[in-house]
Amino acid sequence: MIGEKLLELVIRFSGISAILFVLAIFLFVFREALPVLTSEKFSVIQFFTSIEWYPTSVNNVRYGTLALIAGTFSVTLLAMAFAVPLGLGGAIFLSEFCGPKLRETLKIVIELLAAIPSVVWGFIGLTVMSRIIVKYTSAPVGVNMLNGAIILALMAVPIIVSIGEDALKAVPDAYREAGQALGATKWQLVYRVLLPAAKNGLLAAVLLGVGRAVGETMAVLMATGHAVHIPHGILDSIRTLTANIAAELGEAPVGSEHYRVLFLTGVLLFTITFLVNLGADLVIRGVRRK
Amino acid sequence: MPDTGKTGGSRFSKTEFAERKERVQNLARWLFFAMAIAMIIPLLAIVAYLLVKAWPSLSLEFVLDVPRKGMTEGGVWPAFVGTVYLVFISLAVATPIGVLAAVYLNEYAKDNWLNRTINLAVINLAGVPSIVHALFGLGAFVYAARFGYSILSASLTLAIMTLPVIIASTREALASVPMAFREACWNVGATRWQTIRSIVLPNSTSGILTGVILQVSRAAGETAPIMFTGAVFYKAIERGDIFAYRLNEQCMALSMHLYTMATQVPNVDESVPYATAIVLLGSVLLVNASAIAFRAWLRSRKKW
Amino acid sequence: MPPGEKISVQNLRLSYGSKEVLHGISFTVAENEILGVIGPAQSGKSTLLRCLNRTIDFVPDARVSGTILLDGRDIRSRIDVYELRRSIGMVAPLPVGLPLTIYDNVAFAPRAAGLKNRQDLDEIVERCLRQAALWDEVKDRLNSLGTKLSGGQQQRLTIARALSHEPEVLCLDEFSIAIDPVTTMRIEDVLKELRREITIILVTNLTQQARRLADRTMFLFKGEIVELDRNDVIFSDNPASQMTYDYVNGIYG
Repeated sequence: MIGEKLLELVIRFSGISAILFVLAIFLFVFREALPVLTSEKFSVIQFFTSIEWYPTSVNNVRYGTLALIAGTFSVTLLAMAFAVPLGLGGAIFLSEFCGPKLRETLKIVIELLAAIPSVVWGFIGLTVMSRIIVKYTSAPVGVNMLNGAIILALMAVPIIVSIGEDALKAVPDAYREAGQALGATKWQLVYRVLLPAAKNGLLAAVLLGVGRAVGETMAVLMATGHAVHIPHGILDSIRTLTANIAAELGEAPVGSEHYRVLFLTGVLLFTITFLVNLGADLVIRGVRRK
Repeated sequence: MPDTGKTGGSRFSKTEFAERKERVQNLARWLFFAMAIAMIIPLLAIVAYLLVKAWPSLSLEFVLDVPRKGMTEGGVWPAFVGTVYLVFISLAVATPIGVLAAVYLNEYAKDNWLNRTINLAVINLAGVPSIVHALFGLGAFVYAARFGYSILSASLTLAIMTLPVIIASTREALASVPMAFREACWNVGATRWQTIRSIVLPNSTSGILTGVILQVSRAAGETAPIMFTGAVFYKAIERGDIFAYRLNEQCMALSMHLYTMATQVPNVDESVPYATAIVLLGSVLLVNASAIAFRAWLRSRKKW
Repeated sequence: MPPGEKISVQNLRLSYGSKEVLHGISFTVAENEILGVIGPAQSGKSTLLRCLNRTIDFVPDARVSGTILLDGRDIRSRIDVYELRRSIGMVAPLPVGLPLTIYDNVAFAPRAAGLKNRQDLDEIVERCLRQAALWDEVKDRLNSLGTKLSGGQQQRLTIARALSHEPEVLCLDEFSIAIDPVTTMRIEDVLKELRREITIILVTNLTQQARRLADRTMFLFKGEIVELDRNDVIFSDNPASQMTYDYVNGIYG
């Protein structure tokens, strides 16, 4: 009995450890960033509103992340413009239009697609996609926002499909049967019954896709080019918050202001994805309560 | 006889309205089919393209050999072994914690604020960007815990990153054991743990194992979390040496190696980075596919 | 507590969250009697059984008040809840063969209680399977999976398992819901045998089953006892409550 009590204590502690890890991540990243907040060369307002990112300038360092934030959001937005219709379409096809055999095959393909490492996606963007873009558009270089967005879209689609399919499956069959009994075609059923009924779950799927796209590092590091500026068109090179950390952390001397500002952008990223995931969770919870 | 519609004919022939409905239906079916296909084509096209490009360098020798001539020639052995080390150490750490946490959440937790917080934490842990994990690993393991840039630091960082996914897949496996089994055990006076040990775990081990195997492939592909905690561009080890690294040393890793070859090394034969990508992608997809096959086999021999 | 009384339930209230399911019911069960419990779905019959062996503790938002005495002792005061559960056998509506061998299914409870001796286990397994009228059908394949048996066999396996921890009270919750009439009759015969040794609470959706087997029958409706009396009263032409008459005769429910 004592052994069992001890074991239950270990199990309980393992459960709670998840909270500890999230707190630890925030605290350790924040701890490294903290000293820079009191530095006189750094201002929070500049951090959020300036587009000037000159962390290594000798006589006038500026830490403005607005261009990076704009880079992150523009590439995410463009990626979602590709991924959301494809992903939701795929989810609808899987759950409503295809037979069980094809569904199993497609689900395996989607699982494999989701398993491709981000660095391989980045490599594909850098080599294959950039050549295609240079060939068919007027872009001078192939690594740009469009490239990154296509890669991110391909990475986000599997998530949107699988979670979207779950959401559609959660709609009770009685709805479908009632619709069919009234003589609705499959398409009418999808459009008028299933989409409204599953809209929260589908929204959550999209949000999780957004979360993945915002947090993705290697793919955008390799596929979007390295220009820190507000993009003017989809063929501009950009840099995202994540790629910026990955690109500069290796060169920033440990404990320097530059190093600490990079940790601060980490805190910013953590906060953004935290909010996106929290939103998705609340939406999913809303679905369950119904 | 009632009016059968403008097309005339028999009572059951299609009306124009019905035909239009059917056309829309078919159009929708094809549209969605196209969207589904749009997911498969890239996978096949990409793998095919990478294979063609990699072909000149690709051989078993490429996997077993060490990089030569400033990494412009030779193979990927040190990176391959490094990845194996990182993956196995990280899973050795993450699996017990993740499985126990899932047992707690699925078997013990009541619906109160603490457990809602744990759930939220797991979800958010899964959503933390990989580069933030890297920052955490750097701050916590490399500096605060003084593990330095090492396999240990990198593995622990990877472990925390894989934890939420192991928790999620284990919970799914546990939840697939019907509640009636647990109630039957409780009814005859078995304790919670006796129930878990004798009924719940034996019947979900295979599902848990599938989740862990899938995690092998994820962890193998990660780059950002190990880039600043323990992976290096180059490390000289013997060809074919399996016991090449120690816990407190840095190591090469396939994912990192691919990034290096693609972006940092000049004058490299074009097929080398492609071949590296194929080795990485091939290993990941192979592990993944075997997990899927394993799962399918398990489903076919379910005990109830 | 008067002699001969096995269970005494006093003012038992139970709510799931804010919804009260049992509204303060009181009754007693005599030693070696079969108490039938009838009533439409959702009237709290299964919940009542869960309270008896305290598996209600596993339901997150259930709140219980009132007392239940088993042999004159409050079940809440029992330190070892597992011993309590072993003194009450429980058979669920749907047959549950655990995904173990037939042998292990029956030996599960004695093992959980700490019995390891193979000979003793063998004896218990054979005795219980015989008592549940399953022995002859499975004695040659005790090592095959309990979940592969037919529904009726699994239900008898469940009864064998419920007997394996030598309970003083056996509770059956609509045991015939998923099995054919022939098997139902066989199990009813088993129960008639068992009544000599133990007290039985038979929750059933078949009023005729209660009529055939029970000494007394309780009509539970929406969490309250409408009537509890000897069978010759409940199933007579003039029970105390018109509702009982209507329900028993199929006019209502």
